[in-house]
Amino acid sequence: MAKIIVITSGKGGVGKTTSCASLGSGLALRGYKTVMIDFDVGLRNLDLVLGCERRVVYDLVNVIQGEASLHQALIRDKRADDLFMLPASQTRDKDALTLEGVDQVIQALSMDFDYILCDSPAGIERGAQLAMYFADEAVLVTNPEVSSVRDTDRIIGLLQAKTQAAKNGGKVKEHLLLTRYNSQRVAEGEMLSLEDVQDILSVPLMGLIPESESVLKASNKGIPVIHEEGTDASIAYKDAVARLLGEEVPLKFVEPEKTGFLNRMFGGRK
Amino acid sequence: MLKGLFHRDANSSASAARERLKIILSHERTMRGQPEFLPRLQQDVLDVVKRYIAINSDQVRVQMDQHGMMSTLEINVTFPEEEISKLSS
Repeated sequence: MAKIIVITSGKGGVGKTTSCASLGSGLALRGYKTVMIDFDVGLRNLDLVLGCERRVVYDLVNVIQGEASLHQALIRDKRADDLFMLPASQTRDKDALTLEGVDQVIQALSMDFDYILCDSPAGIERGAQLAMYFADEAVLVTNPEVSSVRDTDRIIGLLQAKTQAAKNGGKVKEHLLLTRYNSQRVAEGEMLSLEDVQDILSVPLMGLIPESESVLKASNKGIPVIHEEGTDASIAYKDAVARLLGEEVPLKFVEPEKTGFLNRMFGGRK
Repeated sequence: MLKGLFHRDANSSASAARERLKIILSHERTMRGQPEFLPRLQQDVLDVVKRYIAINSDQVRVQMDQHGMMSTLEINVTFPEEEISKLSS
């Protein structure tokens, strides 16, 4: 049986899809058969971040409505053999997703995969609630910024009330993934620190992704940033994957890099 | 650059963010899990009280709590000193 993980945040633009693509790729690189489901009906984007947008034929709604088989709709990633994705529908209305339909799709995928990552849409509406409903675990993608932290808190409330696990008296296991972290600005008192966010949300940390130029460059090219070997974001996502698998990895990128005077003056860009 | 040396003082914008978040989230967390009719109940109570005493919406607080097998509905109406003295006269 697959482990079902929702990638969620409440707030939009914090890095859910970027993180989903890199975590999914990371799990597949570690040898786990992984499938990512894009739940953002109407605003499909996971395909672009993965660079497989031109291979989309059928989508999640086609499968739920019986117009295509799962086999037809799944797209195999070109970089990781063990990675697949099920695209969101682009055109149909949001009511096309039903709880029963999603249940059937997830149950069918559970047979063949080790991990199912549900890439949630932003917001707290139906789509977001469907994406989290069957989850065993949740990755809470959060920026060190007031509105993002507040929205994550809201999502934690939903995870604890509106999921199958909660309704059965259980609990969705929560992981904090702090993204766009700028340790320099934190040191200058201009950004909430990791400690602040953890203190406020009380969720165990799964990863800290530094604000990095490599993230945009990678998504421009349609490559999950975890594949960009040697970049800070790639290192950070690999560590996050390891922690998701239960490994203990020391935290990186918490403190600003100690750069020399010349580097600071002329910008030691990576 | 120098700012970094002096570290995070209490006047930094990050500490303002931290304090504001703590306050709003503690409020929002108490509202969580409350029945959906509560705001309407609060409005109804307010309307009834208003027929007799001039009060504002922030002077009525309705809260539901659960302690094991028992739920309690708490309705608090606060009003200013002068209103009370008017009432007793």
